Amino acid sequence: MSAEGRPEREFRPPGSSEVAKPRAWGDHNDAASVRLAECAKTFADGTRALLPLNLDIQAGETVVFLGPSGCGKTTLLRIIAGLAQPDAGGRVFFGDDDVTARPIERRNVGMVFQSYALFPNMTVAENVAYGLRVRRIRGDERRRQAAKLLDMMHLAGLGDRRVDQLSGGQRQRVALARALAVKPRVLLLDEPLTALDAKLRESLRVDIDRLLRSLGVTAVYVTHDQAEAMALGDRVAVMSHGRVEQIGAPQDIYYRPASAFVADFIGTMNRVSGQRDGASLRFPGGMLRLPGHAMAADHAMFRPQDARIVEPGAGALTGRVAAAFFLGSMTRVVVDLPGEQTIVIDTVERRSFVNGEAIGVDVDADALVILES
Amino acid sequence: MTTSSTPHPPRIRSAPSPRSRGEGRDEGHSRRFYAQLAFTVLVCAFLVVPVVLSVLAGLSQNFFVGVKSGLTLRWVGQVWSLYSGTIFLSLALALECLAATLVLGVPIAYVLARRPGRMARLFEELLVLPVAVPGLATALALILLYGGWRGFRASSLFILVGHVVFTLPFMVRSVLAVMAAMDLVTLEEAAASLGAGFFKRFFGVIVPNARYGILAGALMVVTLSVGEFNITWMLHTPLTKTIPVGLADAYASLRLEIGSAYTIVFFVMIVPLLVAMQWLSRERAPALAGRK
Repeated sequence: MSAEGRPEREFRPPGSSEVAKPRAWGDHNDAASVRLAECAKTFADGTRALLPLNLDIQAGETVVFLGPSGCGKTTLLRIIAGLAQPDAGGRVFFGDDDVTARPIERRNVGMVFQSYALFPNMTVAENVAYGLRVRRIRGDERRRQAAKLLDMMHLAGLGDRRVDQLSGGQRQRVALARALAVKPRVLLLDEPLTALDAKLRESLRVDIDRLLRSLGVTAVYVTHDQAEAMALGDRVAVMSHGRVEQIGAPQDIYYRPASAFVADFIGTMNRVSGQRDGASLRFPGGMLRLPGHAMAADHAMFRPQDARIVEPGAGALTGRVAAAFFLGSMTRVVVDLPGEQTIVIDTVERRSFVNGEAIGVDVDADALVILES
Repeated sequence: MTTSSTPHPPRIRSAPSPRSRGEGRDEGHSRRFYAQLAFTVLVCAFLVVPVVLSVLAGLSQNFFVGVKSGLTLRWVGQVWSLYSGTIFLSLALALECLAATLVLGVPIAYVLARRPGRMARLFEELLVLPVAVPGLATALALILLYGGWRGFRASSLFILVGHVVFTLPFMVRSVLAVMAAMDLVTLEEAAASLGAGFFKRFFGVIVPNARYGILAGALMVVTLSVGEFNITWMLHTPLTKTIPVGLADAYASLRLEIGSAYTIVFFVMIVPLLVAMQWLSRERAPALAGRK
């Protein structure tokens, strides 16, 4: 599926056979793999936005860069796009094609921005067809492809509207159609849903997911929203302070975090610490049996939904209810353990909790997360 | 000159029902409204009456006798035969000045918008200097610098340079304001990501989206160029007179009716430009608001 060093071969001037017989949108053969080699970025003021990074993204894969603001994820996206240059020595490859020295307009990427960045001087259809116009595709062919893309984005019939007549969600759909129109080798999305309200975000996220899967386009997606990252990414790269802390399938990131930062950043994680005693971890509130591989650990972590509430004294831990919040689909119980430790448990049990009530908590050994060092 | 502020509702004495509050406002409204109307009419009259008098003077047989001496186009005809050259020169200068400020001003505004920084601000201030400095001083500086080049000094090109120096900041400011309001950098990045090189981005995306600023600046430049007197007065030669210079000349040396008729000609040229400018500023507001 790689482009095999064939840059800009897709759109020839009118008359070429490839243009006369455009492919179906479901067959996105232009998707290229992306390889970053020793890509670092230091800004003029000496800030290290990105530490040297090596990364391979498969053709057709969606990789989400997730992290708090200032973690370097947008810088990384801009380096792949060609809007920023890596420090000397860094290289960016699309397939086998070294694109490091090429500006963005010669990389054949598609880009979707948080602020939509639609051209206000053009209609919706003209926006979508802009990349084709730049590539000198004939007018009727342009219009045909734009209509097809708008149709695919549930925007059929809106082609003649002005951009400012659309809602935020519609605008971002147009932006997506515009980016896909050029059959990019890599699609780059920079927090595309951040400007939308929660409901729209959800529905557009589903649409984006469907599109990325069906088109098989290589996509790099940047967000600070972990739910978005989990839902969209084939792989998620969690970033912090210019470094990729962990990269892996969403399940890996969630259930097997590689660092305390990842564990804390993704979802809620309980952490209890105590004394090592053989295969167990002892602390005032009880004792947890550790999995075999946890050699020198003095702590254990687990997700709120991996703990079960049992009769007092029956589980591994015993504590008192500090607070309970009924959230509809579940109840979140905050439990104080003896020795100043607090844990959070999510339960679907249909019962109410009284503050101060003594409860037991059990956690399976294979649900425990133990970080080395 | 219209009543701009709506009158404040009067102070409420006792806890009133909504209805009585509304009535109180009506009463206060009417009194204040008529006071403001009277004031506005007075100010308008102050501005308009001289204009009307001037127009009448240019159309009457004998200004000192008044309109009852009869209306005539004779003076307008004389202005045409004596000063039509100044009209064509002024128009030509205005268009040349427009072309020059477009070619210089739009790129300057673009660079200033793309690189906001201390140097850019300094340059922007520097650019406005010719507006703050008296036109006579600007003109004198031009004469000192270029007066030795006889051919240049004697041509209308010399006046053009003065006009461009004076009007350029208006074009730059107008375009810069619009460019600063749109997300220039992201729009350009979006166009670049779709394969557009610099010139395609500049002429296909940036210029069309700055069109309201460019149009407003263009009308401003033409209006200012047509009406410019201070600099032109110093730079002109007997063969390169513009309308305002000719106007001064006519009032100084010919009968009042001809000068007044000349004023009419000037109005006919300048008023449509002013109206267009006003219309444009109204058109532009919703267009900018709708973008957000």
